[in-house]
Amino acid sequence: MNNITRRTALKLVGSAPVAAAMAWTPAEAEQANARMQQAQRTAARQGTPFKPKFFTAHEYATVAVLADLIMPKDERSGSATDAGVPAFMDFMMTDVPARQTAMRGGLALIDRLCERRFNNKPFVNCTDAERRQLLDDIAFPAKATPQTRHAVAFFSSFRDLTASGFWTTKMGIEDLGYQGNEFVQEWEGCPEAALKKLGVSYEGD
Amino acid sequence: MQIIRQPKVYDVCIVGSGAGGGMAAKVLAEAGAEVLLLEAGPLWDSEKDSKMMAWPYDSPRRGASTPTKPFGEFDGCIGGWEIEGEPYTQAPGTTFDWWRARMLGGRTNHWGRISLRFGPYDFKRRSIDGLGDDWPISYDDLKPYYDKVDALVGIFGTKEGLPNEPDGVFLPPPKPRCYELMIKQAADKLKITCIPSRLSILTRPLNGRAACHYCGQCGRGCATHSNFSSPSVLLPPALATGKLKIQPNAMAREVLTDENGLATGVSYVNTQDRREYEVRARIVVLAASACESARLLLNSKSPRFPNGVANGSGVVGKYLTDSTGLSVGGYMPKMANSVPHNEDGIGGMHLYMPWWLDNKKLDFPRGYHIEIGGGRHQPGYGILGGIERMNGTGGYGKTLKDDYRKYYASTVSFSGRGEMVPNENCYCEIDPRVVDTYGIPVLRFHWKFTDYEYKQAKHMQDTFREIIHEMGGTPTSQMPSPEQGYGIAAGGRIIHEAGTTRMGDDPKASVVNKYCQAHEVKNLFIADGGPFVSNADKNITWSILALSMRTSEYIAQERGRGTI
Repeated sequence: MNNITRRTALKLVGSAPVAAAMAWTPAEAEQANARMQQAQRTAARQGTPFKPKFFTAHEYATVAVLADLIMPKDERSGSATDAGVPAFMDFMMTDVPARQTAMRGGLALIDRLCERRFNNKPFVNCTDAERRQLLDDIAFPAKATPQTRHAVAFFSSFRDLTASGFWTTKMGIEDLGYQGNEFVQEWEGCPEAALKKLGVSYEGD
Repeated sequence: MQIIRQPKVYDVCIVGSGAGGGMAAKVLAEAGAEVLLLEAGPLWDSEKDSKMMAWPYDSPRRGASTPTKPFGEFDGCIGGWEIEGEPYTQAPGTTFDWWRARMLGGRTNHWGRISLRFGPYDFKRRSIDGLGDDWPISYDDLKPYYDKVDALVGIFGTKEGLPNEPDGVFLPPPKPRCYELMIKQAADKLKITCIPSRLSILTRPLNGRAACHYCGQCGRGCATHSNFSSPSVLLPPALATGKLKIQPNAMAREVLTDENGLATGVSYVNTQDRREYEVRARIVVLAASACESARLLLNSKSPRFPNGVANGSGVVGKYLTDSTGLSVGGYMPKMANSVPHNEDGIGGMHLYMPWWLDNKKLDFPRGYHIEIGGGRHQPGYGILGGIERMNGTGGYGKTLKDDYRKYYASTVSFSGRGEMVPNENCYCEIDPRVVDTYGIPVLRFHWKFTDYEYKQAKHMQDTFREIIHEMGGTPTSQMPSPEQGYGIAAGGRIIHEAGTTRMGDDPKASVVNKYCQAHEVKNLFIADGGPFVSNADKNITWSILALSMRTSEYIAQERGRGTI
């Protein structure tokens, strides 16, 4: 992996951390992450879905649909589920248990709103058009009403978590065009094309 | 359980391995003293343990914070404002958040490397504006030590000849980033001084340490020792003398004294097995951080020192200061859809704005400097949060995804870091009832800003919003109200505590003398931010280093003369 190669180039020696507070080494984390992804791929091939530790099956299905509505696949990159966002969210709920109530309650609220509007159907059972009708009401904070403001607050938070889970993947990072996290011998400053675009220059250049 | 009394008598026992303690260990070990360095936390090696160059997707939480890593799991500092088993309390009406680092090197593992000398005015504020007190020393007393610290540690910057921002011994600074040039353009128009920053990051190899490779991750701890931390720069030469012993996992309990009122050593608890130790030393140097050292003094009670050792003045814990601070972000339409390139640079700003105004013409007495940020950051947990503040609507779907791409790397931020006037309502004392998990009585904090600080905070807000406007951008937050203190950060949030064991010529009004030697206990010294009489509009680490070097050379000299 690129990461190990860079570290080797910098003559780093991976070893078990001395401090008890450090939960993992980079090598261990990479292994764990790779194993998890491998397990997911194997499970997908075998037709066994990823088993969330926090979300119920129904919640997990809801999360997947909601996240993909927020972050769909397009010409530049895949969808939220392509990026593993639901599994990331499940992990975050176990990592920070204080977040669980807001997430569980928010998903329940989404279902209740849908059941009232759309003939007793929870979110996952609604049509695409019906789901979008709901999102049109809760995805825009400026449009919040006293009736929708809690759902609006939940959705804003869920959208943020989707962004965190999506843009920190390899796919998301490439989509953003982030370049960096590498060894740079000499710092060159702002490239010519960027200087021109911003209308700035280095004095005396 | 029995107290383990170790027979060896060290020449010096130092409590704390951060900037002050590390410097004291180096200077004193190199001067031939047998030194024991106690560190409350575990050992940590940036070469092996740093998360430098990790990608967010290497971790299932993508860099999010954990209980021992409030700044994110990749951050180089183990610790936090809340530590299990180590509570502190606050007087009613007080909000003060107290950061503790718990690792070898302390806060120097993750600090911002902003290395600003105090200027001549900073030592003589009372003479200038009648508030607070003057230091018993001047810039001229400390200048030779600043020069030596610059040469030892390495710092980049430019000579500017500004009256209260003394020039140092500088390595060349890195060229500004794209958005930093935009900020400078606006600052120049508004006549705000904007110059290359001064950070202790090597742009050239120095003293066997490699130059920076511009990954922008100084805060994670540098695996190539290209930035300053105590373990990267101070401890290796100290250990090379063969005269330094480092004892990790050692939580100091109190300073031990004898019937003559001299320090005889330190008692500590081993945090791993909870056994008690007493170590003997001819000289004790406290560098546990300003409030922690004050706590040690206050907890070291005896018939001779009923209010804590070296506290006959009653001043220990008083005149607590922290930097004033607040931040404002701005979205810049000009920066949307920017040209992709590697903008990491060094781990911090390449330009900054030192205090540029005359307080005599303003309604507040002390100044602040401005730190800048923004641009193409490595994605991490929390990226592009609050998109509704940037695109003005929120949304979902393809249009949202395109908005994320557009707004990525299109924001800048301004953070003010200013000087407060020490006041009688800001202090720490021992809580009368609460102890920590080791049975050590904890601190109780009192804190109150005054109008001096609130008006300064309003000025920060107004200035940052003016710069953002001049740049053609929009602030990403509303102007806070006076009731919100104009957004000023709570005491302790900036993590620059100082003043709790202040120096002075008068033993009735100070704890230590101009050599940071306790007035009442001549073999007890303090080498962290506690002795500071004022905190200046400058982060205090560089001055901690210079002062500790001066104090330690004095100790070595007096040892040689046999006076202590």
